[in-house]
Amino acid sequence: MKRLATMKKSTRNNLFTYALVIAAFVVVQALRVGPGIGSMLEGQLIPICAYVTMALALNLVVGISGELSLGHAGFMSIGAFAGSAFAMALQDSVGLSPLRLALAMVFGALIAAVLGFLIGIPVLRLNGDYLAIVTLAFGEIIKSIATNVYLGMDGNGLHFSFLNDTMDLSDGGVELIRGPMGVMNSQRISTFIAGFVLVLAALTIIFNLVNSRTGRAIMAARDNRIAAESVGISVTKYKMIAFVTSAALAGAAGTLYGCSQTTFVATRFDFNTSILILVFVVLGGLGNMWGSVIAATALTILPEALRQFSELRMLVYAIVLILVMLATNNPTLRGFFTRLFRREREGADAGVRAVKGGGGHE
Amino acid sequence: MKKLRILSLAMTGALCLSLLAGCGGGDSGTSETPSGGASETPAAENTGSTATGAAFKIGGTGPLTGGASIYGLAAQRGAQIAVDEINAEGGAIQFELRYEDDVHVAETAVNAYNTLKDWGMQISLGSVTSTPGVATSALNYEDRIFALTPSASSPDVIEGKDNVYQMCFTDDNQGSASAQYIYDQGLGENIFVIWKNDDVYSTGIYNQFVAKAEELGLNVVGNATFTEDTQTDFTVQLTQAQGSDADLIFLPMYYQPASMILTQADQMGYAPKFFGVDGMDGILTMEGFDTSLAEGVMLLTPFNADATDEATVSFVTKYQEQWEETPNQFAADAYDCVYALKQALEEAGCTPDMSAEEINDALIQVFPTITFHGLTGDGEGITWDATGAVSKAPKGMVIQDGAYVGMD
Amino acid sequence: MVFLNYLISGIGLGSIYAIIALGYTMVYGIAKMLNFAHGDVIMVGAYICYFSMSGLSAHFEEGSLAAAVVPALAGTVLAMVVCTVLGVVIERLAYKPLRQAGSLAVLITAIGVSYFLQNAAQLLWSSSPKMFTPILSRDLQLSLPGGLSVSALTILTVVVCIVIMVGLTLFTGRTKMGKAMRACSEDKAAAQLMGIDVNRTISMTFAIGSALAAVAGVLYLSTYPSLVPTTGSMPGIKAFTAAVFGGIGSIPGALLGGLLLGIIEILAGGYISTQLQTAIVFAVLIVVLLVKPAGLLGKVVREKV
Repeated sequence: MKRLATMKKSTRNNLFTYALVIAAFVVVQALRVGPGIGSMLEGQLIPICAYVTMALALNLVVGISGELSLGHAGFMSIGAFAGSAFAMALQDSVGLSPLRLALAMVFGALIAAVLGFLIGIPVLRLNGDYLAIVTLAFGEIIKSIATNVYLGMDGNGLHFSFLNDTMDLSDGGVELIRGPMGVMNSQRISTFIAGFVLVLAALTIIFNLVNSRTGRAIMAARDNRIAAESVGISVTKYKMIAFVTSAALAGAAGTLYGCSQTTFVATRFDFNTSILILVFVVLGGLGNMWGSVIAATALTILPEALRQFSELRMLVYAIVLILVMLATNNPTLRGFFTRLFRREREGADAGVRAVKGGGGHE
Repeated sequence: MKKLRILSLAMTGALCLSLLAGCGGGDSGTSETPSGGASETPAAENTGSTATGAAFKIGGTGPLTGGASIYGLAAQRGAQIAVDEINAEGGAIQFELRYEDDVHVAETAVNAYNTLKDWGMQISLGSVTSTPGVATSALNYEDRIFALTPSASSPDVIEGKDNVYQMCFTDDNQGSASAQYIYDQGLGENIFVIWKNDDVYSTGIYNQFVAKAEELGLNVVGNATFTEDTQTDFTVQLTQAQGSDADLIFLPMYYQPASMILTQADQMGYAPKFFGVDGMDGILTMEGFDTSLAEGVMLLTPFNADATDEATVSFVTKYQEQWEETPNQFAADAYDCVYALKQALEEAGCTPDMSAEEINDALIQVFPTITFHGLTGDGEGITWDATGAVSKAPKGMVIQDGAYVGMD
Repeated sequence: MVFLNYLISGIGLGSIYAIIALGYTMVYGIAKMLNFAHGDVIMVGAYICYFSMSGLSAHFEEGSLAAAVVPALAGTVLAMVVCTVLGVVIERLAYKPLRQAGSLAVLITAIGVSYFLQNAAQLLWSSSPKMFTPILSRDLQLSLPGGLSVSALTILTVVVCIVIMVGLTLFTGRTKMGKAMRACSEDKAAAQLMGIDVNRTISMTFAIGSALAAVAGVLYLSTYPSLVPTTGSMPGIKAFTAAVFGGIGSIPGALLGGLLLGIIEILAGGYISTQLQTAIVFAVLIVVLLVKPAGLLGKVVREKV
């Protein structure tokens, strides 16, 4: 009975998340077709989709698998570089840009997943804050390396060089990745619809994973590693599944982001970006996917919406961030809301007084 | 746990609401640029009359917060002084200026640009720094909004865009001009380069410098790099330079890391010649900097805050009055941008009620034809070609007794 | 010769990392939180010292002994006082309400505090770089045989670093407050039952950590003199790395980690590649953590079943 109830709840939650994303998409699309939403918001739609996907991906690692990663921007970086370069290389052979974007995303996700696997081998042997610092270290290493990669393509095929630009492209060659100068996209092929599809795909993958046998094993390993091991769950394997899936999603998000920008550089995906995504996840609630969606959206728009404060903008952002964290964790406020919701429920359904305190069960 | 979620939902909901409110506020208020010290600027008085189309709306993005904010703030302030002067004169052309923060990130620059577009920007001052500049100039091109960037010096900013112009030299130009200058003047036998390898500006100049040096037969004995994360300790780079017997070190970078290099070289007792680029300007007015360390440093710079001509003195005095700092080349370039726009608008006969696209088409015609005299450049004046690249004489300067002295 | 030069500057840099890392480690050991705002306290300390030094030095005759000593000393002390107050205030306002919340909530709040300090500094003191006056003249050099020379500043840094480490070890080992700290770091609930005022102990930890940050800030800026509002963030992250390197929570570990990190950083730049300097530092960290998962001197905590 209890199991049924929890299952129902999670299904309800998942459906709500899908509905939320779809409704947001429909509303925004309708507004775009109709009155328009202004250039500022319009320009942010694709980055928002990318950040939402990043937040979902990180939530899988931090919320579901219970490992703190401080280097997720690294995977986004790999996805952005690999995906953009791939898309540009295919520019002539694949004419249809949505198809090219889709291929690039798959490629970006694949590369990030392979990297995620390689990084996961050492990382997942560690615990807690040590794991966090190693992910931070990998994020910084990826940043340093990506800053020094040169990739070009001409009639003779691909050229690659590291640290110094020694590619010597022949005429008509294209520089795909230009070291510290980053990537210059000749076309911006990402669309809002592609972003929406990516968010939906990420949700579907995560929900299916979480509600499967694998997902339960992952959460068991999170909640009690020793107990999980004692019933025969290979903790490392399941944590690895979550980590690699997350890296792949982050890679796809990176591709979406990369292909939406005229230019981006490796230093864009630094420690601060990793932290920013972590903020989305924590604010939205660990393991709570729709929370991540809302938090990522709100916090991406927030600094832009604060432009009216001009020079105080980032100061206000910092204060809002601190206050929100304090408020969401404040026992008095939380108690207030608990009472509020209980009263509402009592008002609506006065007969069920007997369930008093039922909220505590969960 | 559930309570927590509900609560966080409520909080995020509140956040969203405040955001929406924020958006509304942002749209309705023509918010004057943050002019801090200047409380009653003429531009502020003009804000009310914008609706009637009496002033051109010019907008720019730049890092106003964060690590690179010194450049963005300087450009914003320089441009604001020019705008205030022009508006105070009360001529036919009036400006309304708005700068938005891009934190030196391309993505944020796009957001800032879009905010300006929603505000009704008619002419753009592009972006202050290069990476954001590449992103916003692409939008300038697509939206047909004319841009004259004060300081985004990467050639990518103007390449393939007929309506994006630069007030500063391109990085390529600076690299080859520096090599040429060193060659012509016979400044160094063994040249060593220290450059910042995660920075577009520094990398651009370095690449071109090395190419040109090779062409001229200059002896570049080595190079060493640093990044944003490692721009404190230069022992390694300086030791390598010393080890390769370099007698001239080329520093394509901004003055902050350069000041560290000078200090540490002094501490090591290593005294080669140093040659800088326009980013080096500002080092003499850095608070607390011992200018004797910069004695003998050479640089190519279009602007000199110590110049005694009337225009420079007036600008520097105003800037110091308002901001208690000495303006650097970013401020001067931005100041010049506004005046160059004014001159071009006058010649094209544009009026503030024209659309951005009409102004754009007119300016594209006019800009390659004008000769502009401003704070930067010499008596010859400043001209542009149709690609948007500027042509002005870079001045070789050497620092003597804490001041620039012309080298020729 | 070149190697020794690198080594000396590595030790100088490493000692500064070590002082910052000591602050990190103290706070982590007791409050079990990663205080990402620590680096920005360094920056605040440096600004306070900068302004008090430039304000005071005008009152002394140039070149006199008093002019060399008094402003530097007063500036450092003032910076320590201000940072101590700042640290305690931050703890009370931003971290204390979250004592019962998850560690991630505190982490995010710390990041918020870090943003706040950086932006407040920019508004207060503008973003143009200031050239920090070293507390000891850079001209004071100690010549060693073989043409080597070590600046007095480097020696001072190393000495201060060792003094602080010894002082902290004695403090936590011998004094009542220090014992209370260790008790809190073992088990807060049990410590409370033993009559230890946990809140006061944690405040005390933040006070000490922030005072150390001020010292680190003054020394760091004396060696690397360019001061901007974001000055603290990179040494902050590096010192955090150093603390983990040596075993977070361990006082000698922070010293060892800081020194090694500084030396590796300089040597990696000198002998391998300046382009990959940071990458190499972090790669070494990863390797060390794989061999010793709790850092060099960290104690492995047995999981309770």
